[in-house]
Amino acid sequence: MVECPVCGAEVDLAADAVVGELMECPDCGTELEVLEVDPPTLGEAPETEEDWGQ
Amino acid sequence: MRVGFLHSLIRKEEKLLLAELAKPGGVEVVMLDDRKMIFDLKSGPDVDVVLERCINHSRALHGLRLLESLGIRCVNSYRVADVCGDKLLTSLALEEIGVAQPEVRVAFTEASALEALDDVGYPAVLKPAVGSWGRLLSKVNDRDAAESILEHKTILGSYHHSIFYIQQYVEKHGRDIRSFVVGDECIAAIYRDSAHWITNTARGAQASNCPVTEELAAISLAAARAVGGGILAVDLFETPDGLLVNEVNYTMEFRNSIDTTGVNIPGRMVEHLLGLGP
Repeated sequence: MVECPVCGAEVDLAADAVVGELMECPDCGTELEVLEVDPPTLGEAPETEEDWGQ
Repeated sequence: MRVGFLHSLIRKEEKLLLAELAKPGGVEVVMLDDRKMIFDLKSGPDVDVVLERCINHSRALHGLRLLESLGIRCVNSYRVADVCGDKLLTSLALEEIGVAQPEVRVAFTEASALEALDDVGYPAVLKPAVGSWGRLLSKVNDRDAAESILEHKTILGSYHHSIFYIQQYVEKHGRDIRSFVVGDECIAAIYRDSAHWITNTARGAQASNCPVTEELAAISLAAARAVGGGILAVDLFETPDGLLVNEVNYTMEFRNSIDTTGVNIPGRMVEHLLGLGP
């Protein structure tokens, strides 16, 4: 379990989580990024940039 | 085989690709996070091939050029990223080998862009040459709108927004097609349905399976060949005169298309990658 940096909810990290992975906080709905897996750390995902996507 | 996985954020697509690469088969994955990499132009990662999955076009483009300069094979290649990342270059590549596409005009000033819009006829579509997810697309319904949009782009936009890429508006009756090309095969396709004239799934369009007909496979493969080949997603319009290629995407997104088509798209991508050999 790891704490959502926005609302403080306890969030489950999948066993196969990788650094950089995007996930959503089930409580507040914020898009989060896995910053570290050991120890597990979450941050807010970056805002969309002009050259993102296809 | 050592596979370099060039990435930044890990979206659902990247997670599915990593799961495929993790299957037994002697593959060692080397994660290459573009946010952490530093290039000295002489040395690079010890990998046999790189699979490019960056979310930023600019980083993908320059990263691929840097890696290829070290002799590393990349999928897709720098050339493919360069052509697909710029709608003007894509249209040129399609035109050069005669792949059907909507009428296109390119102009560099407000006055000439207005003249080009008048020539194509209204409504027309004005797109940034570099851009994605349907951002900053304008459906220009008449000359009044054209004058206003061109003025806004010129005054408020960076110089990139004064390369005016104008496309004939194609009435698509609420849907377009995205096909998926891996190597020499068109492996699957979806319809993208939306009440909005922009039918990107990133903008809420609904995906459903589209049968890969002979015509669809042929034009998709031709479009892929035009931009340099590899792993590509081709966006197409249906018209009474046949299919037209709208855009070709080089870091394709497919999360809504696996269950929809029943095709293991990431599995086919990895199979293609590993088939290239060290």
